[in-house]
Amino acid sequence: MLDKLKEKPTTRPDYRIIGKPVARHDAWGKVFADTKYANDYTLPGMLYAKVLRSQYAAAKVLSIDTAEAVKLAGVEAVMTAKDVPHNETVTRFGQTHKVGGFEGLYRVLAEKKIRFRGEAIALVAAKSLAIAEKALSLIKVEYEPLEGVFDPVEAMKPGAYRVGEDESNVICSYKVRKGDIAEGFDLADVIVENTYRVPMVDHAYLEPESGVAWLDDDGVITIRAATQVIEHFRGIADVLGLPHNKVRVIAPMVGGGFGGKEDITVETYIALLVWKTGKPVSLTYTREESIIAHSKRHPYVMKYKTGATKDGKLVAMEAELISDAGGYVFLSPWVLLYSTVKATGPYDITHVRVDSHAVLTNNTFSSANRGFGAPQPCFAYESQLDEIAKQLNLSPLEIRKKNYLHTGDSLATGRVLEHSVETEQTAEKAMEALGEPSQPMSPSEKIGQGMASSMMSYGRMTFLHDTSRSYVSLELDGSVTVKCGVQDIGGGQASSLAQITAEVLGVPLEDITVYIGDSALTPLAGTTTATRQLYMSGNATYKAAMAVRDNLLSKAADILDTAPENLDIKDREIFIKPDIKSDTERVLALDNVVKACAADGVQLYNVAQFNAPARELIDFKTGQGQVFADFTFGTHAVEVAVDVDTGKVNVLKIIACFDVGQAINPLSAEGQIEGGALYGLGYGMVEEVILDKGNTLTPSLAEYLIPTSVDAPDVKTIMVESGGGVGPFGAKGLGEPSCVSVAAAFANAVADAIGVRVYDLPVTAEKIIRALGKI
Amino acid sequence: MKTYPVEINVNGEWQKAEVTARDTLLDILRDRFGAFEVKNGCAQGDCGACTVILNNKAVNACLTLALQANGKNVMTLKGVGTPDQPHPLQQSFVEHGAIQCGFCTPGMVVSAKALLDSNPEPTRNEIREGISGNLCRCTGYKKIVEAIEDASLKRGK
Repeated sequence: MLDKLKEKPTTRPDYRIIGKPVARHDAWGKVFADTKYANDYTLPGMLYAKVLRSQYAAAKVLSIDTAEAVKLAGVEAVMTAKDVPHNETVTRFGQTHKVGGFEGLYRVLAEKKIRFRGEAIALVAAKSLAIAEKALSLIKVEYEPLEGVFDPVEAMKPGAYRVGEDESNVICSYKVRKGDIAEGFDLADVIVENTYRVPMVDHAYLEPESGVAWLDDDGVITIRAATQVIEHFRGIADVLGLPHNKVRVIAPMVGGGFGGKEDITVETYIALLVWKTGKPVSLTYTREESIIAHSKRHPYVMKYKTGATKDGKLVAMEAELISDAGGYVFLSPWVLLYSTVKATGPYDITHVRVDSHAVLTNNTFSSANRGFGAPQPCFAYESQLDEIAKQLNLSPLEIRKKNYLHTGDSLATGRVLEHSVETEQTAEKAMEALGEPSQPMSPSEKIGQGMASSMMSYGRMTFLHDTSRSYVSLELDGSVTVKCGVQDIGGGQASSLAQITAEVLGVPLEDITVYIGDSALTPLAGTTTATRQLYMSGNATYKAAMAVRDNLLSKAADILDTAPENLDIKDREIFIKPDIKSDTERVLALDNVVKACAADGVQLYNVAQFNAPARELIDFKTGQGQVFADFTFGTHAVEVAVDVDTGKVNVLKIIACFDVGQAINPLSAEGQIEGGALYGLGYGMVEEVILDKGNTLTPSLAEYLIPTSVDAPDVKTIMVESGGGVGPFGAKGLGEPSCVSVAAAFANAVADAIGVRVYDLPVTAEKIIRALGKI
Repeated sequence: MKTYPVEINVNGEWQKAEVTARDTLLDILRDRFGAFEVKNGCAQGDCGACTVILNNKAVNACLTLALQANGKNVMTLKGVGTPDQPHPLQQSFVEHGAIQCGFCTPGMVVSAKALLDSNPEPTRNEIREGISGNLCRCTGYKKIVEAIEDASLKRGK
């Protein structure tokens, strides 16, 4: 299939629905308020759950007394760790193909040692939310506070406080070695060296974590929850000690994910309470609980040293990345590996040395967040590029153009980039669109322009041997059903499958109904993470639809007495192509061919599986090998106005230029690029979960600020369509790539405006004033 | 806890409930009246997902006590328009790709309606101001602003 996709004609095919800005099929239900999200679902006799959370980030639990809570009228269950059949499981997070060394502890309820503030200790189910809240207040927990460790650099040191039971807080370390780094710096005429820090940030989706679970027929615990991963049903079953086929997870439309609903949130808790009570149970986190208790983006400390020759060729880059994993492992090893592979960005650098470490602390745990380890190093390497350019008196665009990777070049990991690499084109277009600097509006205002480029993988790591499945069937009236276990988190995951199917089967979009996100009834399609659904499930759906199309055309060819390759389908009609000579009838109604197929027992459905190209595990001693199938390349350009008296920054322009391969739906693709730009701008400009010894000081959306409609201008999107992706019709992934380089471009624009650089995100007014030496 | 009777007109229909002094309009709209289109994103007045129109004024239902709504008219997204009689805003949100996850949409469309009711032809900056109390994490706001602008132009014709 991939080979077939690579043999793309040089002129783009004339698609009917692919590439058209059609209304997403799920938008109508949302705009008329017919869509039922996780928290909009109630069942007769449903109980309400609450979670008791630790008041300390590091402590020993000496005792838990639930007697008073149990006695409260209306309380149906109180559970602590001792009530959980398998409270601790060692999980290979997200692995369908076993690879060693990526295990972590999944502990449902804390006992003995608390590892972060907000860790769950007890669960309550009661007849009303008020009773459940009252019951929480009646549970007495006796703690012995412990010292804890809250800085990953401190936590790495020998003798540091141990967050878990292991000797060391270091979860994992990676290396990339290319060439000889000392030789590289010998060749350099100019060297820059700095330490960069990026904060912990929250996903801040509008829909807090939520779900309802009930006991269904045949003893199946069914969970309808806001999740990016219905395949957690296996892990949940393991906790309960049930066979995997006795737990079913359904994902309704999800109110935003961004990686925060990739790890289990409410699912295990409500499953346990259903298992205990036999009654339906619902649980929705408060916003405060969401910010305190769900995963975060990893804060990093990054030491970078970069050398270039006087004509601007990068000859050496040395990086040390330290990531703060917080209290538990979760996806930290993967996130760090992503960062490590992408540590030198979309640049061809002669000598590279990267060392990285993920470290446990007693902070809120970190895991997946849109960009998955790519935005952190991007801020560092893109700052370094500008610092070098400044020393060499080159423009930011000039130094990058001297160093961009192109198709056929190798990454520092030795991997050859065989697909389209259009970073340089995206940079040129973005900077051209940015134009000449605006005029300052006042004497204290300085205008600055900045750019940043990035590479971000789409699709999971190739050594995980990723797969997706999809089912396409024709009904007797010619309408089409697609069943695919994707989770739709707002990116149009379901709608794009409808578009692909409509294109292949020649039916209008409204003839297609898509069933998604049910671990029992839809073919499993893997996670809606890693920017993988269009690539993986798009290819699986394309394959299934093509098989159905082949059967249809074969039957129609019999009827029309011609060859299948002479036929095409459009607007519910199968017809002989205009350039084919034929004496017979030229057109058949699609539903008539469907009926003829049904009468003759011709298969009108297909379940297809798409397998991503699989590779062996990389060599962790040198970092050599292939980790990803392909990357999306792009550039952000930003213009800011900085008031040097107050430090206030106005963002005047944001340009986002990406090689999208092929936009399946340009409206959706632009939507990803515009939304990604603001998501990343928040990272650069304002967002930070502030912790004091593990306590979150920003537990609301009034304290944890995200961009509003008045904080940024319209994002100007420029799409390059190389057709060179490995997704269906040559598409590349956009969900994560679109957010990676904005923060770096913003920081570079501020540095350009004020002449000095801020090395820590977010670049706030206070940091700007400090950098200017005014306080 | 002492309760009080309230009567609230939700999208043209009078609804009765016994409420406590603490119950918010958001609580009773969702839990008693089944108006699940009113979303709970924070319950603290920070996100705007629960925006409804209370007697011609957009308010956060989570910051409005149920008692304050007694005898008043409440309009939610379902009252703005239906599939049979869509409001131009609903049409244009869909056509402009202004909806991604859709969780902010009910509050966003309601805020936009309140804006257009008081200012039928707002500038883009006025639109941005008008929805600044409604957070959206998916779209970057551009397509929402375009959709509102387009709806206002179409309505003006």
